[in-house]
Amino acid sequence: MSNDTHNHSHSHSHGGAHALPFWRKYIFSTDHKTIGLQYGITAIFFLLFGFGLMLLMRWQLAYPKQAIPLIGKLFTEDGVLSPELYNQFGAMHGTIMVFLGVVPLAVGAFGNYLVPLQVGAQDMAFPKLNMLSYWAYFCGGVVMLGSFFSPNGAAASGWTSYPPLAVVADNGQSLWLIGMVFLITSSLLGSVNTIVTAIQLRVKGLSFMRWPIFVWAQVTTAFLLLLAFPPLEAAGVLQLMDRIAGTSFFLPSGLVVSGEALKVSGGGNPILWQHLFWFLAHPEVYVLILPAVGIVGEIIAVNTKKPLYGYKTLVYSLVFLGFMSFIVWAHHMFMTGMGVTMSTFFQATTMIISVPSVIILTTYLLTLWGASITYTVPMLFATAFLPMFAIGGLTGLPLGLTASDIHLHDTYYVIGHFHYVVAPGTLFALMAGVYFWYPKITGRFMSDTLGKIHFWLSVIAINGVFMPMFFMGMAGVSRRLYDQTIYAHGAAAQPLNVIMSVSAWILAVAQLPFLYNMATSWKTGKKVDSNNPWGGTTLEWAASSPPPHENFPTPVEVYRAPYEYSPNKKLLPQFVQEA
Amino acid sequence: MSALIPYIDEPHPVTGVTNAKLGIWLFLASEVMLFGALFSTLIIMRSSATDWPAHGSDVLNVPLATLNTVFLIASSVTIVLSWAALKMKDLKKFKLNMGLTILLSFGFLVIKYIEYSSKFHHEHFPSTSTFYAVYFTLTGLHGLHVVGGIIANSYLLGPGSKMWFTEPERFTGRIECAGLYWHFVDLVWIFLFPALYLL
Repeated sequence: MSNDTHNHSHSHSHGGAHALPFWRKYIFSTDHKTIGLQYGITAIFFLLFGFGLMLLMRWQLAYPKQAIPLIGKLFTEDGVLSPELYNQFGAMHGTIMVFLGVVPLAVGAFGNYLVPLQVGAQDMAFPKLNMLSYWAYFCGGVVMLGSFFSPNGAAASGWTSYPPLAVVADNGQSLWLIGMVFLITSSLLGSVNTIVTAIQLRVKGLSFMRWPIFVWAQVTTAFLLLLAFPPLEAAGVLQLMDRIAGTSFFLPSGLVVSGEALKVSGGGNPILWQHLFWFLAHPEVYVLILPAVGIVGEIIAVNTKKPLYGYKTLVYSLVFLGFMSFIVWAHHMFMTGMGVTMSTFFQATTMIISVPSVIILTTYLLTLWGASITYTVPMLFATAFLPMFAIGGLTGLPLGLTASDIHLHDTYYVIGHFHYVVAPGTLFALMAGVYFWYPKITGRFMSDTLGKIHFWLSVIAINGVFMPMFFMGMAGVSRRLYDQTIYAHGAAAQPLNVIMSVSAWILAVAQLPFLYNMATSWKTGKKVDSNNPWGGTTLEWAASSPPPHENFPTPVEVYRAPYEYSPNKKLLPQFVQEA
Repeated sequence: MSALIPYIDEPHPVTGVTNAKLGIWLFLASEVMLFGALFSTLIIMRSSATDWPAHGSDVLNVPLATLNTVFLIASSVTIVLSWAALKMKDLKKFKLNMGLTILLSFGFLVIKYIEYSSKFHHEHFPSTSTFYAVYFTLTGLHGLHVVGGIIANSYLLGPGSKMWFTEPERFTGRIECAGLYWHFVDLVWIFLFPALYLL
């Protein structure tokens, strides 16, 4: 190693990796595969943590003001989840799931591991930057977790942090903002890296229209992160100034808090925060869904052994979706009293953005049409993704129309809508991805039986959690209540809460076989018999399992578009010259 | 190990740029969005403000800011000259021009410090009014970008310049990227100056 570091980039030394000390190989590694795994493990931890917060909140929702059995005493003296803690858990559940769980898993883990492999690169374009972006994410996570232990607890103003509430809130909110700056930095570095890698490091023959659909999804996502996150960073800085330097960017004149006039210069605009926040957070929705769309596309093609129907249409839809996602943000703000001209514009763009989403679903359904489908575990999850994402998408339409949105917006209906997109949608796709690429990453399969138990329990339980929310929302129950039974209409809908909570706890139990499967298959799973156990066509299946440092010992080349399966199911991978 | 990553010192035949150059352009795109959001804030704050100085020059020091504008524009010229010097294989001239760039950026910060301290002296703080909130936040963030530029440029002038002897192409590319970033920082000021001081 000592000699290698002094050689420069023209030297073709292969031996460097094996001589690296432990901390360089596994902790401060610059190998995209190690970083991908670091992202993955950290993100799964945060997903479970954020899920755990919700499991506790669901007790309060199902059995208001009753002590949480067994573990309640850990949180409060009488074991009842206090309103303050409920608020903190709610805000942090959203923040953790979106910014520390799903995005790092979808973009950080899958993107990092697979994009270089699928374009045939040795590593990401900027390996050190890649390491830095993981550690920025890690620091952001530490700050967010640490905020629970600060004197007044974590942020409690919702994951959207609307002012003026967020500005006058306790110090947990400042930590939230600082944590977000770390996470935004991490995303920016990561997205620059992904785009440059995908564009510059393509191997010979891999033109843009030969990119696997997963790469297209990741690049579109990276552009969204790159361009949408900075306005939130700006907004975060402004809110931090409001909280620390006493400015009034988001504080209107004449604000009264706890019966006393607030001593600030005033003249600010709380709605400005909402605009800046949703300018990020709407594209963020597509950051959550696009990588999932990419993963599902790969899995469907491999398990039907058919070309993806309308590959080009799919690509154009993805890119158009990405572009449109920048001009729909104010549909989150119909309730702020915006003018008719504005709301009409955003209503129209929202209806338009549903078109490419439906095209994407249609191309996948048409790929399944007439195919002889192999129902492997990843394919089960990928197939389930389609109707779940469809429910999530279609229930969004009434929210995009101003007339119906006004009735539904502050109710559980909204929670049901976006959880259908993100939980049984994106998270199912990510689980499918774990089962699908596990053999590539470890050289071993995950257990089929455990996978099927995991799938069936999950798919039933998750619908038990989110389907009743639509009914509860249409019954008019607000999504912000600590105890809805204090209202007559809320008390009438209370039995639904019990169903949802029990389903959520079953869903938690259903994840145990998954975690056990992931942990043990590493050592005891069935070994793969070739580099390409599923019969895939994209470049990652040309590398050995697990891929060595620098991925491809002999250079690969691409000879054709992805997913070119012949009618008699003969495999025509991108990397094989002869048909 | 970056041993096998292509297009570090030669442009990609299709895109026509090196990895680093594409990377810095993407980074600058995100910076445009950052300052775009801040300038939008300025517009919204001003259009709804009840009290705002009729002209920035009523409360801010225009001559000092003009001098600062000259400093930044001059530093943009010198950083181009330092890059041109590397193209002519003249390391000495590179060091001279890069040194001048850093000196001019320090000059900018010194004047900014004088402006800030005179404001504080007169008890004008970010919390005083919406105008000062915008003024301090925007110029403050721009100032942080200047500090970032000074750190990067100093590294390239000092320890980073060793790369010239081993990989001259790659080093020249780094200076070009540093220059692109520096031009951006300059450009932000070119917008900030009229928006805050003159209009």
